[in-house]
Amino acid sequence: MAEKKKQSNKSLKMKSEIANMINVTHDPVLFITILTILLAITMFIVLPLINILKESFLYEGNLSLHHYTEIFRLTYNKEIIFNTLKLGIVVSIISTIIGFLFAYASAYLKMANKKMLNAIAILPIISPPFVVGLSAILLFGRIGLISRGIFGFENAEIYGFRGLVLVQVLTFFPVAYLVMVGLLQEIDPSVEEAARDLGASRYQVFSTVTLPLMVPGIANAGLLVFIQSVADFGNPMVIGGNYTTMAVQIYMQGIGSLNMSGATALAIMLLLISVFAFLLQKYYIGKKSYITVTGKVSRARVLIDDKKIVKPISIIIILISILVGMMYILIPIGSFVKLWGVDYSLTLDHYKYVFNIGFKPIYDTTRLALIATPITGILSMIVAFLVVRKKFLGRTYMDFTTMLSIAIPGTVVGLGYVITFNKPPIVLTGTGVILIIAFVMRSMPVGIRSGMAALQQIDPSIEEAACVLGADSKKVFTSVTLPMIKPAFFSGLVYAFARSMTLVSTIIFLVSAKYSLLTVTTMSQIDQGKIGVAYVYSTILIVIVGSIIAIMSYALKKMGTSTGKIDN
Amino acid sequence: MKKGISIKDMTKIFVINNDKNVVAVNNVNLEVQPGEFVTLLGPSGCGKTTLLRMVAGFETLTEGKILIGEENVAKLTPDKRDTALVFQNYALFPHLNVYDNIAYGLKLQKLPKKEITERVQKILDLMKMNDFAYRVPSQMSGGQQQRVSLARALVMEPGVLLFDEPLSNLDAKLRIHMRDEIRKLQKEVGITSLYVTHDQSEAMGLSDRVVIMKDGVIQQVGSPKEIYQRPANSFVANFIGRANDINGTIQSKTEEGYVIDIKGITYNVKSDRKYSVGDNVGLIIRPESIIIGKESYKTVVTKSIFMGENHEYEVNWDGKVIQISQSNPFGKIEYELNQEMSIGFDESSLHLL
Repeated sequence: MAEKKKQSNKSLKMKSEIANMINVTHDPVLFITILTILLAITMFIVLPLINILKESFLYEGNLSLHHYTEIFRLTYNKEIIFNTLKLGIVVSIISTIIGFLFAYASAYLKMANKKMLNAIAILPIISPPFVVGLSAILLFGRIGLISRGIFGFENAEIYGFRGLVLVQVLTFFPVAYLVMVGLLQEIDPSVEEAARDLGASRYQVFSTVTLPLMVPGIANAGLLVFIQSVADFGNPMVIGGNYTTMAVQIYMQGIGSLNMSGATALAIMLLLISVFAFLLQKYYIGKKSYITVTGKVSRARVLIDDKKIVKPISIIIILISILVGMMYILIPIGSFVKLWGVDYSLTLDHYKYVFNIGFKPIYDTTRLALIATPITGILSMIVAFLVVRKKFLGRTYMDFTTMLSIAIPGTVVGLGYVITFNKPPIVLTGTGVILIIAFVMRSMPVGIRSGMAALQQIDPSIEEAACVLGADSKKVFTSVTLPMIKPAFFSGLVYAFARSMTLVSTIIFLVSAKYSLLTVTTMSQIDQGKIGVAYVYSTILIVIVGSIIAIMSYALKKMGTSTGKIDN
Repeated sequence: MKKGISIKDMTKIFVINNDKNVVAVNNVNLEVQPGEFVTLLGPSGCGKTTLLRMVAGFETLTEGKILIGEENVAKLTPDKRDTALVFQNYALFPHLNVYDNIAYGLKLQKLPKKEITERVQKILDLMKMNDFAYRVPSQMSGGQQQRVSLARALVMEPGVLLFDEPLSNLDAKLRIHMRDEIRKLQKEVGITSLYVTHDQSEAMGLSDRVVIMKDGVIQQVGSPKEIYQRPANSFVANFIGRANDINGTIQSKTEEGYVIDIKGITYNVKSDRKYSVGDNVGLIIRPESIIIGKESYKTVVTKSIFMGENHEYEVNWDGKVIQISQSNPFGKIEYELNQEMSIGFDESSLHLL
């Protein structure tokens, strides 16, 4: 009986899928859009991964496990995997603790300068991923301002594990902070008041209510940091020294020793690690959230102003903030210093040098990023709209692949692109097109998620109303949906631009003589020991990103006043 | 151990910024007897919730004292006070099941395991909640959650039980059901209760005494009957039910009150207020106390609505709007719009302000 029912349910489902599909073909614009996007996702997200996988099982033209056995045969490779995992775990634990401290302070404590916390969280987004590494060398390295200048250490060693931990923690703890501060603010204060009322001391409230409620959030933040840490390419490249991680080794082997197939097996391993962490976060821990249960926050939280609690936490936060601030403030300063560690006199030499070799990297990067930004923005909103509002065959595929691509490390994508697009049928390597595609594919997933979040807040009946009044899918999207999700659209644009300008890992595989990109140029300057020049490029990069973001948010503020109120 | 509450000269001032203060509670004095059920009733923003939160310990007093039993608790944190609060939005611990929610406070007191189990079980029995002892809050309806919240407070056997609009998130039918249940439980356990609400029928249905507040000041304290029949002022009269404000003149004093002239007709009104002959005074009469057809005054009907169990009229009485509620309209004359209607007052239901 049950079996029969299952069967009929199945065929019913089938029928409705087919009906949906036929429905979609009645609307040609919609149909073509869906097809194009599915094709693009397949080509630029799925196909490169499949090619890596295929390549990793081929050795001298035959199906073989050679590349994998090679990994486990060589102690060096095993060490690299161990290094990556160790770094990821240590960094995610420390970052989560610091992030929690910041989040707790922001949501619970009566403190001045709370805006500073958010400012610090934004810094890593607008700067390329290796600047903290670079600054760490100049502060704590052999020629470091603090290590040698203040403490007089002759042989301070920043390269390696400890340096990497420091640098990654400072870069990634804001991720943990942003995840947790949102959740802490959603805890209903009356739940904690209830505990207090039933006889719990302030510490007992924290340990028996706040902390248990935050366990899923903490695990979430930790895993997200872990994914970022194992995927990080810039910092290990700059400051890793002999401590090699998988992301770096994939590049070294693929581009450095031109052993693409050797790199593929390692890329698959890295992919598995981060996808595993991502799925764990998404489907296991994500489901355990308690926060939604408590529902609407009933009244504002009474902030803790007890000096015994506020003071020590403030001091720790201020110290960490100063450290983070120093890392970034050093960039413009360093661009004017003659020779760090030796001659601290100010000079414009580095700028002259950059002006002499030309603006090409600056111009190329900005142009390509500016082309990629609107494409990313519009594409993200269309995908978000399709996934949230439309029913069609391939919807789950579209949703899942774009979401999963958040977890795919940039070096893996880069390797996949090189393997896939440097030989017919499609040759794209060396062109600007592949760079733009890389920019779009790397920043689109986040845009899609924020678009989906915005759409889920909007009552579908508003769109249905437009439809009833005679608008087709295209008209509904452009005249109703898009205006309503304008804030998400613009913040998506800002993110896409910043992300494109600062991207290193993927595009380092794709640059050519024709296009030189700022981040890659900066990396090679660091490699050549031209720290001052690297700082000039970084400064210019941050100024460009910062000013474009400022212009965009100003424009958004001017236009966005009418859209802020729609949330049913 | 049930305890009384004694609030003395309580004032709460919220400082908004340097030159703006809000006086939320203004010099309030209130005595709640052990075992008594007292309701704080008033419109939103009247200071009732602030007062309750000061008793619970979530807000500090700007001035004054709170005694619970014999102890001045004004300086104690909430966990050190012998109070338990039932929250408007239930505030259950979402990570704990019903049993652990109820046991939470007892565990903090480090009671022996056996005693905890017994006391939780007793409450579960009392409230007939054994069936969902191991459910988590997200699997329960609002009504069930509020019962758990009540059980969690009751199990502490606090000296004072506090309620912060506990029924306002429930639908109308459930609200009445829970109201009766709270009253029954309170009578059974005999616990001192202070209850905040903006719903007058809740206040009437639950309380031994009602405290009416407005703008941080107590307007009247009394039994539901006193508050309804002998309101202290026009605000109270209009907040509890509907009222017609009318004017009269004191004609002479009597043993128990005054003879009052209202538009040429005199009434004997009982009152202990101090007035002199010739004073203009305000009186209150409820819409249901107006007698249709008694030939005292001539009015014109301006509104007529049949409501089933009663018939609502509004009439124009020399430029003044008077509300009339005719109960049991079955078989009585129905007045049309603009029709003339004679009305009169029942002497005993006139209340002198």
